[in-house]
Amino acid sequence: MSNSTLESGKVHTPASTTVMSMQQALNRALDEVLAENPRTLIFGEDCGRLGGVFRITDGLQAKHGEQRVFDTPLAESGILGMSVGLAMAGFHPIPEVQFDGFAYPAINQIVCQIARMNYRSRGTLPMPITLRVPSFGGIRAPEHHGESLEALFAHVPGLKVVSPSNPHEAYHLLKYAATRPDPVIFMEPKSRYWQKGEVDTASHDADGGSPTGAKVMRAGRHLTLVAWGAMVARCLQVAELAAEDGIEIEVLDLRWLKPIDTAALAASVRKTRRAVVVHEAPLTSGLGAEVAQLITQSCFDTLKAPVERVTGFDVPYPSGDLEDEYIPNIDRILFGIQRVLEYKRG
Amino acid sequence: MDTLPVASGDAAEPLTPAQLRELYSLMVAVRHLDTSAIAWQRQGIIPGYAPELGQEAAQVGSGYAVDTTRDFVFPTYREMGVARTMGVDMVAYMSTHKATWHGGLYDPQESRLAPIQAVVAGSVLHAVGWAHGQTLAGTADGKLGVAMTYFGDGASSQGDVHEALNFAAVMNAPVVFFVQNNGWAISVPTERQVAGGSVAARAAGYGIPALQIDGDDVIAVVEATRRAFAHARSGNGPVLIEAMTYRRGPHSTSDDPGRYRSLDEERDGAGMDPLERLKQRLLADGIADEAFFAEALAAAKAEEEQIRTGIQALGSRPGTEMFDLVFQETTPALQAQAANWREESEHV
Ligand SMILES: Cc1ncc(C[n+]2csc(CCOP(=O)(O)OP(=O)(O)O)c2C)c(N)n1
Repeated sequence: MSNSTLESGKVHTPASTTVMSMQQALNRALDEVLAENPRTLIFGEDCGRLGGVFRITDGLQAKHGEQRVFDTPLAESGILGMSVGLAMAGFHPIPEVQFDGFAYPAINQIVCQIARMNYRSRGTLPMPITLRVPSFGGIRAPEHHGESLEALFAHVPGLKVVSPSNPHEAYHLLKYAATRPDPVIFMEPKSRYWQKGEVDTASHDADGGSPTGAKVMRAGRHLTLVAWGAMVARCLQVAELAAEDGIEIEVLDLRWLKPIDTAALAASVRKTRRAVVVHEAPLTSGLGAEVAQLITQSCFDTLKAPVERVTGFDVPYPSGDLEDEYIPNIDRILFGIQRVLEYKRG
Repeated sequence: MDTLPVASGDAAEPLTPAQLRELYSLMVAVRHLDTSAIAWQRQGIIPGYAPELGQEAAQVGSGYAVDTTRDFVFPTYREMGVARTMGVDMVAYMSTHKATWHGGLYDPQESRLAPIQAVVAGSVLHAVGWAHGQTLAGTADGKLGVAMTYFGDGASSQGDVHEALNFAAVMNAPVVFFVQNNGWAISVPTERQVAGGSVAARAAGYGIPALQIDGDDVIAVVEATRRAFAHARSGNGPVLIEAMTYRRGPHSTSDDPGRYRSLDEERDGAGMDPLERLKQRLLADGIADEAFFAEALAAAKAEEEQIRTGIQALGSRPGTEMFDLVFQETTPALQAQAANWREESEHV
C-alpha cells in the first residue's frame, strides 16, 4: 500500500489539495475541530492572544471566542489537572504544553490522573483529551525545549501517542485525535513546523488505509526504515541516497506510537526481511526496542539480520552546538543500514 | 506592602556616594551588554537571548546585596544583570545563549551562581534546600549563608513555588524569594496571571514577611534586599521581595510583543527608565557629573567588546563531553555509545 504517489503529488492532485506548512495544517485542523464540535476547548500558555509561541493556535481566539480558546496561568500541572475536570464535565479539552520539556511538571496529572480515570471509573468517566506537545529537537533551542518523550508516554497504560511527519499527516491525525474518546498525546515535530507540503483535506489515506495505521511513505524491497515525526523526512532522504547505489529502501512512518500498527510493520519487514528503527530519543529503553521486538516476534523466521537501531544517545539533550551530533544524521543512518545489509550469520 | 521587621545594623546604613556610582556603572554595563546581545542575535553571533531591558535596577540592586563568600543565588534565564553584578565571567555566562552548553560554562560553586535555569520556577525549591542546609550546618559566627532565588510573576503560578514558600516557612530557612514582576509572562499580563494582583500578598498565607518595592529604583532595591538578607542571615527565616518593574523589550529574541501589546501600552507601562532615574538622582545630589557618565559608558562599551570577542572565539565543546559529563561514574552502555559515535562521526 504505497502512498508515495500521494506524498510526491506527481500523479493525481485532487481539487481538495492545497500546499501549506505543518503549522498552517495544524491551525486549520484545530479551526475545523472547534467549528465542528462546540465542546472542544483549546487552552494553555500564550495560546490565546499570541496564538502560541509556534502560532499553531493563531487567530483561533479571535474567531471562536475567549471561552473556547484561552490563556491559562503558567502552570502545566494546573492545565492538565483542569483538563480532567473539564472532560468530566463533558468537554473535549485540547490543551497545549508550550514545549516538550514542560510536560514534565504535568506528569503527575497525566500519568496518575488522565491515564487512569476511564479505568478507575469503570468507563463512566472517559478522558477525551488531546494533549498537543511541540516535540523533538533540531531547532537549536534552549534546554528543555527539545525532548523526545514518546517512550515515556507510550509506557503509561491508558494513553495513546501519535506523531505526524508532514503537513498532510498533521492535518488528518490531529483532526482524528481530537475526536477520540481517549487521551491522545499528540507530538508535533517542531523542526517540521515551517516545512510545506501538499494537504488533501478530503482524504487522509487515498488508498483507504486506516487512520490508526502505519503508512508506507516510500516503497522498497531491500530494507525497511521505521521512523516517526521529523525522522521520516530524514529517512526519505537516506532512501533517496541509497537508491543511487541500487538499494531500495522502504520507509515506514509508524504514525501511531501507541498502539503500534504491528500488522503494517510485519507486512513491510516480511517483504524486505531487514529493518532499522530510527528515533531521536535516547537508545536505552527507547521505543526502538519495542519496535524491534514486535518485528522479531512477527518476522523471526524471515529476518536476515537482527533489527538495528539508530537513535539519540543516553545523554541529556545537548545544547545547539552538539545537536547535530546527537540527532541521527544521514551518515549514522547509513551506517545502521550497512550493519544490517552486511550481517553474516555466525 | 512591607511586613518585614525594620532593619538594624549594617543593613540600615545608607549607600555611600562611591557605592551609588558603582551601582550606576554596573547598570550601564548591564544595559550595554543586554542591548548588544540582542544585536549579536540579529547579526547571527548567537542563536537566541532573553533580554532584560528595563530590569537593570531590580537585578543589579538585588545582586549587590549578595555576599559571594557565603551566599548562593539561584537564577532563571533572564538574570544576566545579577550575574554581572556578582562578578561572574560573562563569556562563560553568555555561552548558554551561544548554544555552547546548557546552563553556561561558569563554575557554579566558585561563582555562587547556580546554572542558568530554563524551567520556569525550576530552582525555587533548590534554594530552599540549600538554605536549609545552612541551618543544618550552622555557622561559627551565627550568621547564615542566604539563598536568593529569582522568579517571575508567571513562575509564581507554578505549584513548586507554593511548595517552596511553605517549606521555607516551616523550616525557617534563610532564603530570599526575589520576584521580578515585570508585568508579563510572555504574552500574558500580570492581571491574567496572578490572582489578587500581587505575589507579595501570598507570603502572608505562609507567615513569610514580604516587601513590595519599586523595582526600577535601584536604591530601594538595594535597601530592601539588604534588609531581607540581614533578616534571613540572623536566623529569622525567609523573606519575599516583589520588585515591580517592566519588561521593556520582547520576552526573547524569538518573541513579537506587537502581537499582545501596543507601543502606547509599552510606553505607559514602562514608566521612567531606571538608568535615567539613577542618573538624575546622582546629578541632583552632586554625586556624579557628565564626565563620570561618559566614562561609565566607555567602560561598558570596552567590556562589551571584550565579551563579544570572547564569545566569538568560543568554539563548540568537543562532542565527547556529551558522554563524559552525564555521570560521575559512567556506564558500559554509555561508553559503547561514545565509541560508536566516535567511529561513525570520524572523530577518532
Ligand atoms: C515550566 C515551564 N513552562 C513553560 C515555559 C516556557 N516559558 C518560558 S518563559 C515563560 C514566561 C515566564 O514568565 P515570568 O515567570 O513572568 O518571567 P519573565 O519571563 O517575565 O522574566 C514561559 C511560559 C518554561 N520555561 N518552563
